[in-house]
Amino acid sequence: MRELFHRIAKYGLALAAVLAALPAAADTLKIGYIDPLSGGAASAGVNAQKHMIFFIDRINAAGGLNGQKLELLSYDNKVNPQESLIMLKKAIDEGARIVMQGNGSAVALALTDAVLKHNERNPGKEVLFFNYAAIDPALTNEKCNFWHFRFDADVDMKMAAFGDVIAADKDIHKVYLINQDYSFGKAVAAAAHRILAAKRPDVQIVGDELHPLQKIQDFSPYVAKIKASGADTVITGNWSNDMLLLFKAGKDAGLKVNWFTYYGGGLGSVPAIGHDGVGYLKQVTEHHKNVLPYLLPEEVAFHKRFTDKSDEMYYWRIRNMFAMLEAAAKKAKSNDPVKLAHALEGLKLDTPLGPMEMRADNHQLLQPLFVSTLSDKVKYDVEHSGLGFKTDKKISAADTAMPTTCKMTRP
Amino acid sequence: MREIVVFSLLNGAVYGLLLFMLSSGLTLIFSMMGVLNFAHASVFMLGAYLSWQISRWIGFWPALVVAPLLCGLVGAAIERYGLARVHRLGHVAEILFTFGLAYVIGELVIMAWGRNPIENRVPASIDFAAFRIYGTSYPFYKVLMTMISVGMFAFLWLAFKRTRVGLVIQAALTHPRMVSALGHDVPRLFVLVFAIGSALAGLAGVIGGFALLTEPNMAAALGPIVFVVIVVGGLGSIPGAFIASMLIGVVQTFAVAVDYSLADLLRALGMGLPPGSALREMLAIKLSQAAPLIPYLLLVLMLIVRPRGLMGTRDT
Repeated sequence: MRELFHRIAKYGLALAAVLAALPAAADTLKIGYIDPLSGGAASAGVNAQKHMIFFIDRINAAGGLNGQKLELLSYDNKVNPQESLIMLKKAIDEGARIVMQGNGSAVALALTDAVLKHNERNPGKEVLFFNYAAIDPALTNEKCNFWHFRFDADVDMKMAAFGDVIAADKDIHKVYLINQDYSFGKAVAAAAHRILAAKRPDVQIVGDELHPLQKIQDFSPYVAKIKASGADTVITGNWSNDMLLLFKAGKDAGLKVNWFTYYGGGLGSVPAIGHDGVGYLKQVTEHHKNVLPYLLPEEVAFHKRFTDKSDEMYYWRIRNMFAMLEAAAKKAKSNDPVKLAHALEGLKLDTPLGPMEMRADNHQLLQPLFVSTLSDKVKYDVEHSGLGFKTDKKISAADTAMPTTCKMTRP
Repeated sequence: MREIVVFSLLNGAVYGLLLFMLSSGLTLIFSMMGVLNFAHASVFMLGAYLSWQISRWIGFWPALVVAPLLCGLVGAAIERYGLARVHRLGHVAEILFTFGLAYVIGELVIMAWGRNPIENRVPASIDFAAFRIYGTSYPFYKVLMTMISVGMFAFLWLAFKRTRVGLVIQAALTHPRMVSALGHDVPRLFVLVFAIGSALAGLAGVIGGFALLTEPNMAAALGPIVFVVIVVGGLGSIPGAFIASMLIGVVQTFAVAVDYSLADLLRALGMGLPPGSALREMLAIKLSQAAPLIPYLLLVLMLIVRPRGLMGTRDT
């Protein structure tokens, strides 16, 4: 027995010695990346992770933030809010001062609450939450807080962009809404009702479908319903497999409609719809490959480093996110999260696609948005498909702003 | 209206047949060997990946034959070198073994082909419309799927109820000692059954691979529904699995087409709910929203009312 105690004491001392040697690594500014890295949604999480690695390495190569290097810690949350809270705790325990997440508004809502509580209880150890893709409007309205910053345009901003295009297209008469049955999908449907009523009151909404999230294997019954409704246009916020399989079923049944999508340009979707989507598939994003007549230096470098066919530089907004972080650190002359957050508020920055601004009142990034249509006559294609997107309409950053109900308390 | 009914029937039947393709091998293995094979959907996934890979080398039609054969070999190896040793430790050990195997196959698939869905398109040789109905084209591959599924049913039904080998295998399940005393090699029979079951899963994978989405998660996505089919149909009953597949396919597809909720039904009966009632929100869910839940509801009901399933011979 005594020997056992000795042994424990010995290993304990050894462990303490190792831990004491660690602070060399603690000099980095740790960024906790919490997103799906396994399971059904892993393709999106892993692709975004490559963006994180890429931009962090770029910043580090240029000397870091105020001389401090960045370090990425990755956590797999399996797109599950409960799992995400455990991973957030782990990230904070391991020293993360900024957490980044994007997949799933349900996850983002859980994280933003948890970050708020943590920061209230642990002054001096605050954590920032950078959201690069969860676009439920609630996050910058009734659920907003000082610690959350969103770098993607929300559901309403994107729908307003579609509204402008639909208002100008007098061939659109009957619209069918099909969305995933959770907060984000419902937000898309609600925004479509509101914005169509305002911009094209003559358009008829012939269907408003909510289907379970990532559970449908065969969308044929839904496509049959869309066809029977006589719709000429479908609006959908579907992402990942729900988008691919909907396209696939539509293609099988020879469905010819205008697709107004949030994620129709996401990984795998363009190959799934193929040439049937040319002229019909539209998306609203902050970037696509043909947004300028040439590729941007970041894109060239990204594609040089990640050469797999599925390694598309899809998240220009992650580039914008790190650019804003860099500028905020410079402005604050500190990497302290509270100072960074204050510096980010109202921060303006020029990008190759036009100026962007982090709104001070609700922490929503305003960046130029592009409505684009799939085309077979473009310079740069998506996933070697021979097809790519062509801009129909650019909306400048300032024009994407929406009224907000956000009332946040600042430290 | 008629259009919706026709399409729902058609789509429902095709979906049901796909489910049968998936569950037939599982039912076969269970009925003949008493093993609940959790790795079945993983072999299905393996079939999808292998057929995609092979059809890139030698074309679709040879792949349609070769991929299921390879899956059969994999199945034979699993039984011969893995399960055979586990049988005598009882059902829990068998289930744990196949459960672990599902993870191993899943990880191997990720290592070989990556995490993202592969571009498994309908092969050009069968990518045309078989017929048109109400202005909607119907792809030929779905017709092919129907034929293969019905063929599987006929094969299984005949092979195991009407042939000598089938009778011997059935006898080996309940009386293994007697069967081996009569001079039959029981372990080899089990290897054969497992190989056929896995080959059927592989064949389903060839078609399912491009009918659905070929990705590392497809096994996990389809696993639960396959178990619903075999429990509702009756564990071990091939006709039961067939009926249950069709039932689930058609009911689920019709439910998608129905845009009414329980609240609408109550209103039609003149029983409006008081505003602010807690039930109100739940009852307002449209049937189409709940459609994918229906199979699981059916599973629970079946286990309460008739635990042996539609055509089962013993209680689950």
